Amino acid sequence: MAKPEGVVAKPGSSKEYKTGSWRTEKPVFKQDKCTDCRICVMVCPDGVIFGSDKKYYADLDYCKGCGICVEECPVDDIEMVVEVR
Amino acid sequence: MKKPEITESLLAPGHKACAGCGEALAARIIMDAAGPDIIVTAATGCLEVFSTLYPQSAWKMPWIHSLFENSSAVAAGIEVALKALGRENEAKVIAQGGDGATADIGVGCLSGMFERGHDVLYICYDNEAYMNTGIQRSGLTPFEASTTTSPSGEISWGNKTDKKPMPEIAAAHKIPYVATATVGYIKDLEKKVKKALSIKGPKYLQVHCPCPLGWAHDPSLTIKVAKMAVQTGLIPIFEMENEKITSVRKIAKKQPVEEYLKLQARFRHLFKKIGGEEEIKRIQQIADNNIKKYGLM
Repeated sequence: MAKPEGVVAKPGSSKEYKTGSWRTEKPVFKQDKCTDCRICVMVCPDGVIFGSDKKYYADLDYCKGCGICVEECPVDDIEMVVEVR
Repeated sequence: MKKPEITESLLAPGHKACAGCGEALAARIIMDAAGPDIIVTAATGCLEVFSTLYPQSAWKMPWIHSLFENSSAVAAGIEVALKALGRENEAKVIAQGGDGATADIGVGCLSGMFERGHDVLYICYDNEAYMNTGIQRSGLTPFEASTTTSPSGEISWGNKTDKKPMPEIAAAHKIPYVATATVGYIKDLEKKVKKALSIKGPKYLQVHCPCPLGWAHDPSLTIKVAKMAVQTGLIPIFEMENEKITSVRKIAKKQPVEEYLKLQARFRHLFKKIGGEEEIKRIQQIADNNIKKYGLM
Protein backbone atom coordinates (compact mmCIF):
# COMPACT_ATOMS: atom_id res chain seq x y z
CA MET A 1 0.00 0.00 0.00
CA ALA A 2 1.28 3.45 -0.86
CA LYS A 3 2.33 5.53 2.11
CA PRO A 4 0.05 8.54 2.56
CA GLU A 5 1.79 11.89 2.57
CA GLY A 6 2.86 13.35 5.89
CA VAL A 7 3.17 9.98 7.58
CA VAL A 8 6.29 9.00 9.46
CA ALA A 9 6.46 5.24 9.31
CA LYS A 10 9.57 4.64 11.37
CA PRO A 11 9.01 4.82 15.13
CA GLY A 12 11.69 6.50 17.21
CA SER A 13 13.45 7.90 14.13
CA SER A 14 14.22 11.14 16.00
CA LYS A 15 17.40 9.28 16.98
CA GLU A 16 18.82 10.16 13.58
CA TYR A 17 19.32 13.68 14.93
CA LYS A 18 22.02 13.93 17.61
CA THR A 19 21.05 16.58 20.14
CA GLY A 20 24.39 16.21 21.92
CA SER A 21 25.80 19.01 19.75
CA TRP A 22 23.67 21.54 21.66
CA ARG A 23 25.62 20.96 24.84
CA THR A 24 28.26 23.23 26.42
CA GLU A 25 28.71 21.27 29.66
CA LYS A 26 28.57 17.52 30.14
CA PRO A 27 27.73 15.44 33.21
CA VAL A 28 30.60 13.36 34.53
CA PHE A 29 29.67 10.36 36.65
CA LYS A 30 32.30 9.98 39.34
CA GLN A 31 31.08 6.45 40.22
CA ASP A 32 32.43 6.97 43.70
CA LYS A 33 29.61 7.47 46.21
CA CYS A 34 26.85 6.07 43.98
CA THR A 35 24.14 4.22 45.92
CA ASP A 36 22.27 2.73 42.93
CA CYS A 37 19.18 4.85 43.68
CA ARG A 38 18.65 5.39 39.92
CA ILE A 39 17.27 8.89 40.45
CA CYS A 40 19.50 10.18 37.61
CA VAL A 41 17.99 7.60 35.24
CA MET A 42 14.50 8.63 36.31
CA VAL A 43 14.86 12.42 36.03
CA CYS A 44 16.64 12.68 32.65
CA PRO A 45 14.18 14.50 30.31
CA ASP A 46 15.71 12.77 27.30
CA GLY A 47 15.97 9.33 28.90
CA VAL A 48 19.63 8.92 27.98
CA ILE A 49 21.19 7.87 31.30
CA PHE A 50 21.89 4.16 31.33
CA GLY A 51 23.75 1.66 33.49
CA SER A 52 23.48 -0.57 36.54
CA ASP A 53 25.46 -1.72 39.58
CA LYS A 54 26.67 1.78 40.58
CA LYS A 55 28.08 2.36 37.09
CA TYR A 56 25.98 4.88 35.21
CA TYR A 57 26.70 7.01 32.18
CA ALA A 58 24.93 9.50 29.93
CA ASP A 59 24.70 8.86 26.20
CA LEU A 60 26.62 11.93 25.07
CA ASP A 61 25.23 11.63 21.52
CA TYR A 62 21.92 12.91 22.90
CA CYS A 63 22.58 14.49 26.34
CA LYS A 64 21.65 18.19 26.10
CA GLY A 65 23.57 19.10 29.24
CA CYS A 66 20.62 20.43 31.25
CA GLY A 67 22.21 19.39 34.54
CA ILE A 68 19.05 18.01 36.22
CA CYS A 69 20.91 14.77 37.07
CA VAL A 70 23.64 16.76 38.82
CA GLU A 71 21.11 18.85 40.75
CA GLU A 72 19.06 15.82 41.83
CA CYS A 73 21.84 13.32 42.69
CA PRO A 74 21.41 12.89 46.47
CA VAL A 75 25.07 12.03 47.06
CA ASP A 76 26.66 14.59 44.68
CA ASP A 77 28.28 11.88 42.62
CA ILE A 78 27.77 13.65 39.27
CA GLU A 79 29.36 16.95 38.22
CA MET A 80 29.03 19.26 35.24
CA VAL A 81 32.26 19.83 33.33
CA VAL A 82 32.73 22.44 30.60
CA GLU A 83 33.34 20.66 27.35
CA VAL A 84 36.04 21.68 24.91
CA ARG A 85 35.54 20.40 21.39
CA MET B 1 30.50 1.35 25.55
CA LYS B 2 27.56 -1.01 25.11
CA LYS B 3 24.25 0.81 24.97
CA PRO B 4 21.44 -1.35 26.32
CA GLU B 5 18.58 -0.85 23.85
CA ILE B 6 16.12 -2.54 26.17
CA THR B 7 16.03 0.23 28.79
CA GLU B 8 15.36 2.91 26.20
CA SER B 9 12.19 4.90 26.62
CA LEU B 10 9.04 4.76 24.46
CA LEU B 11 9.76 8.43 23.74
CA ALA B 12 13.05 8.16 21.88
CA PRO B 13 15.90 10.62 22.42
CA GLY B 14 16.88 13.03 19.69
CA HIS B 15 13.67 15.03 20.11
CA LYS B 16 14.08 18.78 20.02
CA ALA B 17 12.77 19.77 23.46
CA CYS B 18 14.84 22.42 25.24
CA ALA B 19 17.44 21.24 27.74
CA GLY B 20 15.67 20.64 31.05
CA CYS B 21 12.17 20.44 29.54
CA GLY B 22 9.62 19.37 32.15
CA GLU B 23 7.08 18.37 29.52
CA ALA B 24 9.52 16.01 27.74
CA LEU B 25 10.28 14.41 31.11
CA ALA B 26 6.58 14.03 31.93
CA ALA B 27 5.79 12.55 28.50
CA ARG B 28 8.62 10.03 28.78
CA ILE B 29 7.58 8.93 32.28
CA ILE B 30 3.91 8.64 31.28
CA MET B 31 4.60 6.65 28.08
CA ASP B 32 6.89 4.23 29.90
CA ALA B 33 4.35 3.78 32.71
CA ALA B 34 1.47 3.24 30.25
CA GLY B 35 3.12 1.39 27.39
CA PRO B 36 3.82 -0.35 25.18
CA ASP B 37 0.26 -1.33 24.18
CA ILE B 38 -1.10 2.17 23.73
CA ILE B 39 -2.44 4.38 20.95
CA VAL B 40 -1.66 8.03 21.50
CA THR B 41 -3.05 11.27 20.10
CA ALA B 42 -1.51 14.69 20.60
CA ALA B 43 -2.87 18.20 20.12
CA THR B 44 -0.77 20.93 18.55
CA GLY B 45 1.75 22.38 20.96
CA CYS B 46 5.32 22.07 22.15
CA LEU B 47 4.96 18.35 22.73
CA GLU B 48 3.88 17.70 19.14
CA VAL B 49 6.39 20.11 17.59
CA PHE B 50 9.50 18.98 19.42
CA SER B 51 8.76 15.27 19.09
CA THR B 52 7.85 15.08 15.41
CA LEU B 53 10.07 17.30 13.33
CA TYR B 54 9.26 15.91 9.88
CA PRO B 55 10.36 13.38 8.65
CA GLN B 56 11.31 12.03 12.07
CA SER B 57 9.28 10.95 15.06
CA ALA B 58 10.29 10.31 18.65
CA TRP B 59 7.26 8.15 19.39
CA LYS B 60 7.57 4.37 19.41
CA MET B 61 3.86 3.59 19.43
CA PRO B 62 0.94 4.39 17.09
CA TRP B 63 0.72 8.16 17.40
CA ILE B 64 -1.36 10.76 15.62
CA HIS B 65 -1.25 14.54 15.59
CA SER B 66 -4.75 15.97 15.53
CA LEU B 67 -5.65 19.64 15.32
CA PHE B 68 -5.20 22.02 18.23
CA GLU B 69 -8.66 21.45 19.64
CA ASN B 70 -9.55 17.83 18.98
CA SER B 71 -7.00 15.37 20.35
CA SER B 72 -9.76 14.17 22.71
CA ALA B 73 -12.26 13.75 19.85
CA VAL B 74 -9.73 11.83 17.73
CA ALA B 75 -8.94 9.59 20.71
CA ALA B 76 -12.66 9.02 21.22
CA GLY B 77 -12.92 7.93 17.57
CA ILE B 78 -10.02 5.52 17.97
CA GLU B 79 -11.63 4.02 21.08
CA VAL B 80 -14.94 3.51 19.26
CA ALA B 81 -13.16 2.00 16.25
CA LEU B 82 -11.35 -0.48 18.51
CA LYS B 83 -14.70 -1.48 20.01
CA ALA B 84 -16.27 -1.88 16.58
CA LEU B 85 -13.44 -4.19 15.59
CA GLY B 86 -13.77 -6.08 18.86
CA ARG B 87 -10.16 -5.27 19.70
CA GLU B 88 -10.64 -2.95 22.68
CA ASN B 89 -8.59 -5.21 24.96
CA GLU B 90 -5.50 -4.92 22.76
CA ALA B 91 -4.59 -1.29 23.41
CA LYS B 92 -5.33 1.61 25.74
CA VAL B 93 -6.06 5.01 24.21
CA ILE B 94 -4.33 8.13 25.52
CA ALA B 95 -5.07 11.70 24.41
CA GLN B 96 -2.64 14.48 25.16
CA GLY B 97 -2.67 18.25 25.07
CA GLY B 98 -0.92 21.22 26.59
CA ASP B 99 -2.63 23.60 28.98
CA GLY B 100 -3.81 25.86 26.13
CA ALA B 101 -5.15 22.95 24.10
CA THR B 102 -6.91 21.59 27.19
CA ALA B 103 -8.26 24.59 29.06
CA ASP B 104 -8.89 27.04 26.20
CA ILE B 105 -8.98 25.69 22.66
CA GLY B 106 -9.93 22.05 23.19
CA VAL B 107 -12.21 22.29 26.22
CA GLY B 108 -15.33 21.68 24.09
CA CYS B 109 -14.08 18.45 22.53
CA LEU B 110 -12.73 17.35 25.92
CA SER B 111 -16.09 17.94 27.56
CA GLY B 112 -17.76 15.90 24.80
CA MET B 113 -15.35 13.03 25.34
CA PHE B 114 -16.12 13.02 29.08
CA GLU B 115 -19.86 13.29 28.49
CA ARG B 116 -20.00 10.37 26.04
CA GLY B 117 -17.99 8.24 28.45
CA HIS B 118 -15.18 7.08 26.16
CA ASP B 119 -12.56 4.81 27.71
CA VAL B 120 -9.70 7.30 27.17
CA LEU B 121 -7.05 8.76 29.48
CA TYR B 122 -6.65 12.48 28.78
CA ILE B 123 -3.36 14.00 29.85
CA CYS B 124 -2.96 17.76 30.22
CA TYR B 125 0.67 18.87 30.27
CA ASP B 126 0.34 22.06 32.30
CA ASN B 127 3.30 24.36 31.65
CA GLU B 128 1.12 27.37 32.32
CA ALA B 129 1.22 29.19 28.95
CA TYR B 130 1.40 28.69 25.17
CA MET B 131 5.14 27.99 25.19
CA ASN B 132 5.44 26.73 21.62
CA THR B 133 4.27 29.97 20.02
CA GLY B 134 6.22 32.24 22.35
CA ILE B 135 4.81 32.28 25.89
CA GLN B 136 1.29 33.69 25.51
CA ARG B 137 -1.00 33.41 28.54
CA SER B 138 -3.53 30.56 28.70
CA GLY B 139 -6.40 29.71 31.01
CA LEU B 140 -3.95 27.85 33.24
CA THR B 141 -1.40 30.67 33.59
CA PRO B 142 -1.09 31.54 37.29
CA PHE B 143 -1.90 34.91 38.86
CA GLU B 144 0.65 37.67 38.13
CA ALA B 145 2.96 35.63 35.91
CA SER B 146 4.49 37.78 33.19
CA THR B 147 3.90 36.41 29.68
CA THR B 148 4.13 38.07 26.26
CA THR B 149 0.37 38.72 26.23
CA SER B 150 0.17 39.61 29.93
CA PRO B 151 3.46 41.47 30.33
CA SER B 152 4.42 43.13 33.59
CA GLY B 153 5.05 46.84 33.26
CA GLU B 154 4.45 50.21 34.84
CA ILE B 155 0.75 49.62 35.45
CA SER B 156 0.56 45.83 35.05
CA TRP B 157 1.47 43.05 37.47
CA GLY B 158 1.21 40.40 34.77
CA ASN B 159 -1.61 37.87 34.33
CA LYS B 160 -4.79 39.15 35.98
CA THR B 161 -6.55 35.84 36.58
CA ASP B 162 -5.69 32.70 38.49
CA LYS B 163 -5.56 29.18 37.07
CA LYS B 164 -8.83 27.84 35.72
CA PRO B 165 -9.97 24.93 37.95
CA MET B 166 -9.68 22.33 35.19
CA PRO B 167 -9.58 19.25 37.48
CA GLU B 168 -12.84 20.35 39.11
CA ILE B 169 -14.37 21.09 35.70
CA ALA B 170 -13.40 17.57 34.59
CA ALA B 171 -14.73 16.04 37.82
CA ALA B 172 -18.03 17.86 37.40
CA HIS B 173 -18.66 15.64 34.34
CA LYS B 174 -18.99 12.78 36.86
CA ILE B 175 -16.07 10.88 35.31
CA PRO B 176 -14.57 8.06 37.38
CA TYR B 177 -11.03 9.41 37.82
CA VAL B 178 -9.45 12.88 37.95
CA ALA B 179 -5.95 13.52 39.29
CA THR B 180 -3.21 16.11 39.35
CA ALA B 181 0.48 15.19 39.35
CA THR B 182 3.84 16.86 38.84
CA VAL B 183 7.23 16.00 37.41
CA GLY B 184 8.60 16.89 40.85
CA TYR B 185 7.22 13.58 42.19
CA ILE B 186 7.83 11.05 39.45
CA LYS B 187 6.85 7.89 41.36
CA ASP B 188 3.50 9.50 42.17
CA LEU B 189 3.03 10.39 38.49
CA GLU B 190 3.80 6.81 37.38
CA LYS B 191 1.40 5.42 39.97
CA LYS B 192 -1.42 7.71 38.84
CA VAL B 193 -0.97 6.81 35.16
CA LYS B 194 -1.12 3.08 36.00
CA LYS B 195 -4.13 3.56 38.26
CA ALA B 196 -5.96 5.68 35.65
CA LEU B 197 -5.44 3.05 32.95
CA SER B 198 -6.85 0.34 35.22
CA ILE B 199 -10.17 2.23 35.43
CA LYS B 200 -12.76 2.02 32.65
CA GLY B 201 -14.25 5.25 31.32
CA PRO B 202 -12.90 8.75 30.76
CA LYS B 203 -9.98 9.82 32.95
CA TYR B 204 -8.29 13.21 33.35
CA LEU B 205 -4.71 13.70 34.55
CA GLN B 206 -3.18 17.18 34.81
CA VAL B 207 0.61 17.17 35.07
CA HIS B 208 2.42 20.29 36.23
CA CYS B 209 5.62 20.61 34.16
CA PRO B 210 8.07 23.50 34.57
CA CYS B 211 9.27 25.16 31.36
CA PRO B 212 12.80 26.57 31.65
CA LEU B 213 12.18 28.83 28.64
CA GLY B 214 8.80 30.28 29.56
CA TRP B 215 9.24 30.40 33.31
CA ALA B 216 12.83 31.55 32.88
CA HIS B 217 14.51 29.35 35.44
CA ASP B 218 17.76 27.44 35.17
CA PRO B 219 17.28 24.19 33.19
CA SER B 220 18.87 22.17 36.00
CA LEU B 221 16.19 23.37 38.46
CA THR B 222 13.16 21.83 36.70
CA ILE B 223 12.50 19.25 39.45
CA LYS B 224 13.26 21.70 42.28
CA VAL B 225 10.81 24.27 40.88
CA ALA B 226 8.12 21.59 40.45
CA LYS B 227 8.60 20.37 44.04
CA MET B 228 8.57 23.93 45.39
CA ALA B 229 5.23 24.60 43.67
CA VAL B 230 3.76 21.71 45.65
CA GLN B 231 5.45 22.59 48.94
CA THR B 232 4.10 26.17 48.85
CA GLY B 233 0.55 24.94 48.26
CA LEU B 234 0.20 26.71 44.90
CA ILE B 235 -0.16 23.39 43.05
CA PRO B 236 -2.31 20.94 45.00
CA ILE B 237 -1.67 17.28 44.15
CA PHE B 238 -4.78 15.17 44.63
CA GLU B 239 -7.00 12.42 43.24
CA MET B 240 -10.76 12.66 42.73
CA GLU B 241 -12.94 9.63 42.15
CA ASN B 242 -16.59 10.19 41.23
CA GLU B 243 -16.44 13.88 42.22
CA LYS B 244 -14.95 13.20 45.67
CA ILE B 245 -11.36 13.90 46.69
CA THR B 246 -9.94 10.54 47.72
CA SER B 247 -6.28 11.36 48.36
CA VAL B 248 -4.02 14.41 48.64
CA ARG B 249 -0.26 14.76 48.80
CA LYS B 250 0.38 16.42 52.16
CA ILE B 251 2.88 19.26 52.32
CA ALA B 252 5.92 18.01 54.24
CA LYS B 253 7.31 21.43 55.15
CA LYS B 254 5.31 24.48 54.16
CA GLN B 255 7.35 27.03 52.23
CA PRO B 256 6.46 30.71 51.73
CA VAL B 257 5.45 31.44 48.11
CA GLU B 258 8.52 33.71 47.70
CA GLU B 259 10.69 30.59 47.65
CA TYR B 260 8.82 29.40 44.54
CA LEU B 261 8.46 32.82 42.87
CA LYS B 262 12.07 33.90 43.20
CA LEU B 263 13.35 30.87 41.26
CA GLN B 264 11.59 32.12 38.11
CA ALA B 265 12.16 35.31 36.13
CA ARG B 266 8.49 35.39 35.06
CA PHE B 267 7.77 36.64 38.61
CA ARG B 268 10.83 38.92 38.75
CA HIS B 269 8.71 42.11 38.71
CA LEU B 270 7.16 41.15 42.07
CA PHE B 271 10.54 41.62 43.73
CA LYS B 272 11.61 44.73 41.78
CA LYS B 273 8.56 47.00 41.61
CA ILE B 274 7.34 49.10 44.51
CA GLY B 275 4.26 47.45 46.02
CA GLY B 276 5.44 43.97 45.13
CA GLU B 277 5.18 42.78 48.73
CA GLU B 278 1.44 43.41 48.72
CA GLU B 279 1.09 41.42 45.50
CA ILE B 280 3.12 38.53 46.91
CA LYS B 281 0.71 38.51 49.89
CA ARG B 282 -2.17 38.02 47.42
CA ILE B 283 -0.35 35.01 45.91
CA GLN B 284 0.27 33.68 49.43
CA GLN B 285 -3.49 33.98 49.97
CA ILE B 286 -4.10 31.73 46.92
CA ALA B 287 -1.69 29.15 48.36
CA ASP B 288 -3.30 29.32 51.82
CA ASN B 289 -6.76 28.93 50.29
CA ASN B 290 -5.55 25.81 48.43
CA ILE B 291 -4.12 24.35 51.64
CA LYS B 292 -7.45 24.90 53.39
CA LYS B 293 -9.62 23.74 50.50
CA TYR B 294 -7.77 20.50 49.76
CA GLY B 295 -6.54 19.83 53.32
CA LEU B 296 -2.88 19.82 52.28
CA MET B 297 -1.53 20.03 55.82
